[in-house]
Amino acid sequence: MPKINKFRREELKVKIEFDSSEIDDGHLIELHKLLLKVRHAEENLASRYREQQMRTPTHFGTGQEAVAVGVCAALNDDDVIFSHHRCHNHYLAKGGKVYELAAELYGRADGCSGGRGGSVHLTDREKGIVATSAILGETPAVAAGAALSFQMDGLRNVSVTFFGEGAMDEGAIYEVFNFASLKGLPILFVCENNLYATESPLWVRQPQGTELCERAAAFKIPSFCIDGNDVAEVHAATTSIVEYLRAGNGPVFLECMTYRWREHVGPMFDHELNRTYRTQHEVEFWMDKCPVKRSAAKLLAKGIATQEQLEMWQATTDANIKDDIARAAIAPWPAVSTLFEHI
Amino acid sequence: MRKITYAEALSEGLVQSMERDPSIFVTGIAVDYPSGIFGTTTEAYKRFGRARVFESPAMENALTGIAIGAAAMGKRPVLAHPRNDFMFLAFDQLINMAAKWKYMFNGNAGTVPFVSRAVIGKGWGQGATHSQSLQSVLAHFPGLTVLMPTLPEDAKALTIAALQHDGPVIILEHRTLYGTEGEVSEDFVPAPIGKARVVREGTDITVVGTSLMTLEAMRASEELERQGVSVEVVDLRSIRPLDEETILKSVAKTGHLIVADTSWELCGVSSEIAALVAEKGFKSLKAPVKRIALANCPAPVSFELEQAFYPKASTIAKAALATLGVAKSDLGLIDVEDNFKGPY
Ligand SMILES: Cc1ncc(C[n+]2csc(CCOP(=O)(O)OP(=O)(O)O)c2C)c(N)n1
Repeated sequence: MPKINKFRREELKVKIEFDSSEIDDGHLIELHKLLLKVRHAEENLASRYREQQMRTPTHFGTGQEAVAVGVCAALNDDDVIFSHHRCHNHYLAKGGKVYELAAELYGRADGCSGGRGGSVHLTDREKGIVATSAILGETPAVAAGAALSFQMDGLRNVSVTFFGEGAMDEGAIYEVFNFASLKGLPILFVCENNLYATESPLWVRQPQGTELCERAAAFKIPSFCIDGNDVAEVHAATTSIVEYLRAGNGPVFLECMTYRWREHVGPMFDHELNRTYRTQHEVEFWMDKCPVKRSAAKLLAKGIATQEQLEMWQATTDANIKDDIARAAIAPWPAVSTLFEHI
Repeated sequence: MRKITYAEALSEGLVQSMERDPSIFVTGIAVDYPSGIFGTTTEAYKRFGRARVFESPAMENALTGIAIGAAAMGKRPVLAHPRNDFMFLAFDQLINMAAKWKYMFNGNAGTVPFVSRAVIGKGWGQGATHSQSLQSVLAHFPGLTVLMPTLPEDAKALTIAALQHDGPVIILEHRTLYGTEGEVSEDFVPAPIGKARVVREGTDITVVGTSLMTLEAMRASEELERQGVSVEVVDLRSIRPLDEETILKSVAKTGHLIVADTSWELCGVSSEIAALVAEKGFKSLKAPVKRIALANCPAPVSFELEQAFYPKASTIAKAALATLGVAKSDLGLIDVEDNFKGPY
């Protein structure tokens, strides 16, 4: 885990301060339950995915749930999010339905995009999930457009865009940083730094000593780097940032250090396939920092929940999810006669 | 009816639309300058101020994404590119995002109505990267609407239509057209999207033109008429959707077809129209289709080379006579002098 860099925090005119120990007990439980929803959905989908019935390239977000949950739990339904290829976590955390996600992966008519979008094109406008797209660096711009619209209308809604650190290698994102900063847009850039882009580690893609926060800060955007596997930390940070955004102070960049457990695209673990770009030891080191386990440990330590409760929540969540996925697997196909609809 | 210029017509269509629809805003390089996109955004800026007409940095790709995001939230952005060549940088957002938005979310993510205006350059040494004509590349993709108004009347009416359309629309405007005059109604009336217009009726040969090439075809047909050849000129106006019916009807009437486009031949609009008529109007044809397009090289700067690069009225007239098998006679001085003025 690289050192945590609270970059530029002290230089801000309006301070963004956060302390995760201030989150109340009820809230911690909610965060935990949301983590369970995301984790168990991904785990179940991943095991179903191996059956080759979901014919859509799928990027699982196992291990990174705390970012999605911590951020989305700080938003309202009419705040909007945009995401990239690894978007299931964000979709589920913001209120997307497991059934509609699973049906989308199965290509069924009940999918959130009617089976036309697949894993990387999720939407649920009622929940403020506007769009996700697999092209790197694309949705940050679209999210900035939503933020611009809110600003023009004098609304206090915020726009959040999730992307990996790989998108920081694309030029488009710097256009967006500049514009968002120039216009003071209410947008939160959430960079999930999981240290790899496909199978490229950071060090083959960025000059030594690179701090992503410094890059965003070069555009006068307040930038923070936090522990992305600690749901309370992410949530506390986002809650403060959202307040700052709603007050019209302009964009914020939040780098969340985290790690993806499974292969880049697909349900397998890299070691199962003898891939060598990272060691099993490294993966296990990060699995020890599992966001769900950490959250559970915190609840136990604080005496907010018992082991039995934790197990019960887990069991009910898992059962509901299994049921949703099983229904999705047999949902009707879209009719071929709809091929030309919505062009 | 009063006559105004193409530039004034574009401006009027925009201003009248903005008066009626507060969700419309305009952005792009220099849109709030006194010269704003050849004067076409100046009046909107005067009327609505910087809240609705504001410059953006040079950031074509992100700006297109921003337009998409704003549109998804209920705005109607107008995004202007002083040259359509700059739009290459926006292709990711235009094609991967805007064109597919409705389809890939099954309509569940709403629509992204925005208008991207982009200028085709020509002459005065505009050269290889300030003169291209992107209609065929853009029209290739389902989900984009691609318009090319030629007459001032259509410049206004298609602007109005584009600003009422529920998806992304690209309007390609030829730099050479801005100063041309024509009768334009003061009323607020949209033109139908996807309809070609017969701008001149004739019986011997059809010329299907895009943008400036329609005007060149009109010039050619006046001279040809003096020589006893009756030309029907069809202005395409919309590349996607394409009005197959009007084209096929005209060819059925004349039996001869020339397509004159502002871009190159290969994989171009001219190929598309030729293929259409070969597939669906073959029996009407009394002679092979002739395509008139740019010389098959990038646009050169030097005046001498530039003259040779662009087809013009005389090119069309000669092609028409050849297609009809009429002996060539003196065409006179039908080509207008290149009226493009610098510095831009
Ligand atoms: C413009 C573009 N180039 C390349 C790709 C192929 N690609 C898909 S995911 C990926 C790596 C993404 O890494 P990162 O942004 O860090 O996200 P992560 O997968 O680690 O969550 C690449 C290069 C793409 N989708 N878009």
